[in-house]
Amino acid sequence: MRKLASATAVAVGILAFGVGAVSAEKLTIGLASEPTSLDPHFHNLGPNNAMSVHIFDRLIAQDENQRLSPGLAVSWEPIDELTWEFKLREGVKFHDGSDFTADDVVCTMARAPDVPNSPSGYGTYLKGKEVVKIDDYTVHFKTAAPYPLMGNDISTIPVISEVGCEATTEDFNAGTAAIGTGPFKFQSYTPGESIVLVRNDGYWGDAPIWSEVEFRPITSGPSRVASLLAGDVDMISGVPTTDITTLQGNDGIQLSQGVSNRVIYLHMDQFRDDSPFVKANGGGDIKNPLMDVRVRKAISMAINRDAIVERVMEGVALPAGQLLPEGFFGVSDNLDVVAYDPDGAKALLAEAGFPDGFEMTIHGPNDRYINDAKIAEAIAQMLTRVGIKTAVETMPRSVYFGRASKGSPEGLPEFSFILVGWGAGSGEASSPLKSLIHTHDKDAGFGSSNRGRHSDAETDELIEEALRTVDDAKRQELLAAATERAIENVAIIPTHFQVNTWAAKKGLSYIPRTDEYTLATGVVKE
Amino acid sequence: MTDTVTDHSLTPTKSPKVETPFQRFRAEFFESRIATAALGIFLVIVLLAILAPWITPQNPYDLGQVSVMDGRLPPGSEAFDGYTMWLGSDGSGRDLYSAILYGLRISLTVGLASGVIALLIGMVIGLVAAYAGGRTEAFIMRIVDLQLSFPASLVALMMVAALGKGVDKIILALVIAQWAYYARTVRATALVERGKEYVEAAQCLGISRPRIVFRHILPNCMAPLIVVGTVQTASAISLEATLSFLGVGLPQTEPSIGVLIANGFEYMLSGRYWISVFPGVALLLTVVSINLVGDHLRDVLNPRLKK
Amino acid sequence: MTVFVIRRLLQAMLVVFLMSVIVFFGVNIVGDPVYMLVSPDADQADIEAAIRRLGLDRPIWEQYWLFLKGAAQGDLGDSFVFGEPALKLILHHMPATMELAFSALFLAIVIGIPLGLYAGLYPDSPLSKGIMAGSILGFSLPTFWVGLMLIMLFAVELRWVPATGRGDIGSFLGIHSSLFTLDGLSHIFLPALNLALLKISLAIRLTRAGVREAMGQDYVKYARAKGLSTRRIILVHVMKNIMIPVVTVMGLEFGSLIGFSVVTESIFAWPGMGKLLIDAILQLDRPVVVAYLMIIVLFFVLINLIVDILYSILDPRVRLQDQGA
Repeated sequence: MRKLASATAVAVGILAFGVGAVSAEKLTIGLASEPTSLDPHFHNLGPNNAMSVHIFDRLIAQDENQRLSPGLAVSWEPIDELTWEFKLREGVKFHDGSDFTADDVVCTMARAPDVPNSPSGYGTYLKGKEVVKIDDYTVHFKTAAPYPLMGNDISTIPVISEVGCEATTEDFNAGTAAIGTGPFKFQSYTPGESIVLVRNDGYWGDAPIWSEVEFRPITSGPSRVASLLAGDVDMISGVPTTDITTLQGNDGIQLSQGVSNRVIYLHMDQFRDDSPFVKANGGGDIKNPLMDVRVRKAISMAINRDAIVERVMEGVALPAGQLLPEGFFGVSDNLDVVAYDPDGAKALLAEAGFPDGFEMTIHGPNDRYINDAKIAEAIAQMLTRVGIKTAVETMPRSVYFGRASKGSPEGLPEFSFILVGWGAGSGEASSPLKSLIHTHDKDAGFGSSNRGRHSDAETDELIEEALRTVDDAKRQELLAAATERAIENVAIIPTHFQVNTWAAKKGLSYIPRTDEYTLATGVVKE
Repeated sequence: MTDTVTDHSLTPTKSPKVETPFQRFRAEFFESRIATAALGIFLVIVLLAILAPWITPQNPYDLGQVSVMDGRLPPGSEAFDGYTMWLGSDGSGRDLYSAILYGLRISLTVGLASGVIALLIGMVIGLVAAYAGGRTEAFIMRIVDLQLSFPASLVALMMVAALGKGVDKIILALVIAQWAYYARTVRATALVERGKEYVEAAQCLGISRPRIVFRHILPNCMAPLIVVGTVQTASAISLEATLSFLGVGLPQTEPSIGVLIANGFEYMLSGRYWISVFPGVALLLTVVSINLVGDHLRDVLNPRLKK
Repeated sequence: MTVFVIRRLLQAMLVVFLMSVIVFFGVNIVGDPVYMLVSPDADQADIEAAIRRLGLDRPIWEQYWLFLKGAAQGDLGDSFVFGEPALKLILHHMPATMELAFSALFLAIVIGIPLGLYAGLYPDSPLSKGIMAGSILGFSLPTFWVGLMLIMLFAVELRWVPATGRGDIGSFLGIHSSLFTLDGLSHIFLPALNLALLKISLAIRLTRAGVREAMGQDYVKYARAKGLSTRRIILVHVMKNIMIPVVTVMGLEFGSLIGFSVVTESIFAWPGMGKLLIDAILQLDRPVVVAYLMIIVLFFVLINLIVDILYSILDPRVRLQDQGA
């Protein structure tokens, strides 16, 4: 929370400072991951969304802590159980000079879920919502049932002009259709090499201090750091944890850090009596011990989260006791990080009938989260020390996620004990609760990433009720209660929250964002 | 190692009178102090790798013995379990001395196994081509040429991309990437041998074809095969390291030398030099010593360079 | 000659077809691209929609048939990740890789051949031994390790050249390349050197071996006896003979440069097709992987053909052997 608060304070200070400073200055940013397209509706992916924020505004903006704030809409509120009214900002012009009106919103919402060839679109956020133009500056979003998360969902959709609505992904990549209302305009795009944007001098909000911004993808961590040190780029995202200590000691470099919305956690097989990667000591079959809440609790107690943070993450992470860090909507104030207690874990295991432990395998990706393979290894070490002999198998995410989701012969999750991460794109607790904790229910779209298949009727009821409750205070309570119950049942074991680090040359700093986006508007002079 | 490489005082001494070709070969080989030293170093490396379980303080694959609390300790630090980590530890708390010796086992296994299997396959195919002649030969050699025109690195990369990770898979990938080099060598030598008088003589005597090929031609192909074998083994070991760097090589939890270097790569700017430098030195020693031996073998076995 | 070329072309087509089968089925058994692509927020219905949109719900032989049908019309499929035609993406990234590979080849020749010549002519001099020791190090050190060392030394410490990326593009005779600008040359220097390292070692060793062998040959002895100057013997007679194997091997090594560029491009963030390939492999962008390999197969088959023809022109003793086969 302290980090979040100070970040906000910095942001406010900078805004006041930045307004007057309009000058011709170029900024070069080295990106850890490259956007796959400039079509804002093509691929719902972090790097793409971050890039599109520069060119395309949303009706509702998310600030650096993912709190909602007015974007192209000046207000949004439910006018009855099933209708949300959005009042649009007047006098806003697109980069090509045309006026922004409700027609652009209507065509945006029609195109966003339905882009040809799109590997992952925005239909998820627009499902069950009908958009109706009332007048040029008013639209209504209608749903079949009361829906509290309208603002969060709509804040994910980049608004394009009517020109763009007719365009293909290739037109966006070529720049001809990349026309938004955002603070920067398209200049050039060379995949794998660079994306260049220039300042939109007619921007409706605060004008950016940078007249030109070049983004260069440099995916290899050490090379990215070297590029910053060599002066090729002014700032880099995704500073490897291994280099943070050295960079801290470098007078020419300024680091900016902030906690992210991403929790790293463990899923345990809770739906098979005979779990494929859990064995008795010596390799025989046993009834799946992970079904027993005491065993799950013991595992949680056996994990030394401080050691993971200190030794594996080099201090750049926060130990986690729930699904989102403090300060986010829907987190519980009553949950503490589970304390490291190997003796208590052994006692619990004995109580559950496993005094000598058992054998299992932890599976995890090795190229997805910060230090993921090392974390899996550290957890295996810790469990092995309390008697659960744990082997480690890590694999590239390309193989891992498919197998973890439906790799078994029956199309069910293949593994017994896995390391995964979850970033709450909506910035509030219903996102992880709905996808990770709720019973897997294909028809309702719940539990889509519930790879341990934890199922608890009471938790489900709390989540579903929260998703029907439009009143913020009530919903906050319900989400917190659902979280508490899930943690008590050890539905999953959170280990830590990722902290992201940006590094800039001296004189610049970055306002860290919980959504991990790297935005040129967040780079400020000191 | 560097001493021997930069040791220029190598003066060819007249070899004493010798009888058998092997003895002559041996005498000529040991004339070079560099090659002798390289062979010595290579044998020591192999010995260390074989003895690893008995001469290391930690089994880096047994997670009960590895602790993150020992992670990234500089050389000479004391581990949680009481022994001294003379070469420091890596990010997961593996004692680098232990990890390097265990890693050598994997790297050498990968290099030697893929080398031997590729050699056997290539040898048979090359001999068949050379002896069958005609369409069979033309067909086989087109495949060989084609395979050789593909960079081995790319073939191996594709193979592991298709096969997945694992020691067996990477050996298979390296075999597929390398067999053609042996086939070409064997065929070229066998063609020369086929034209020689002793083969004609053997044919006149009515000795069967397979017998001529395996008893008479093959032994004469061994010399160039051995040379190619050393070079290919060395390159297989570095290729495995490269694949691991690209993230498609061996699993990270049971690291080969290549994986250790690749893991250490991210620490190279952090001042924790030991994590990648020591495995790097181990790889360098291994590959350079094999290459030096192979290089000298080539000189000794090449009749055209004889004075 | 024409018959030879046509025969080779037919063979090439057969090879390309066979490779397409191997590659297509090989690439399609690994992993599951859908889970790489969909947003974590997607629910089960969204995931199924994505599977359908990518055509992954069809049986594998049908996917292959569709691929073949497209390939016959020059369409190698659309990239899963970028949504654009795979062929277009690869052709877009090709110039960067080509200029890198050519620069590396150039460095290998201008550095490797003179050093090899010297080492071959004076095999016992300390400098020669140093050159040979260096060449062994050259192909024993892992490329990626050397790459980062080069960055650390020349870009971070000395600040002579930039660490990563490709420089400004210039144009000359209608060709667009970063080789035609100073900024471009300063960017390409480190990656080209890194990529060339292995080939410099190779050129040194080939040249040295060739020279040593040639110097013992009768024609050199004869030329000496005739009283030709050493300089003329080496530059005219010896060089002419050793150039043949060097040309052949270097020609074939151009392919290997393109293969190894995968590593160099990753480290130097060079926007070439090697980087595209490794990203495609890691992200399971199957159409790009398949298209890349198809192009590479075609490319190498052509290189092979050209080298064969060149070889027969340079050395008349070599007949186009499989004319009769």
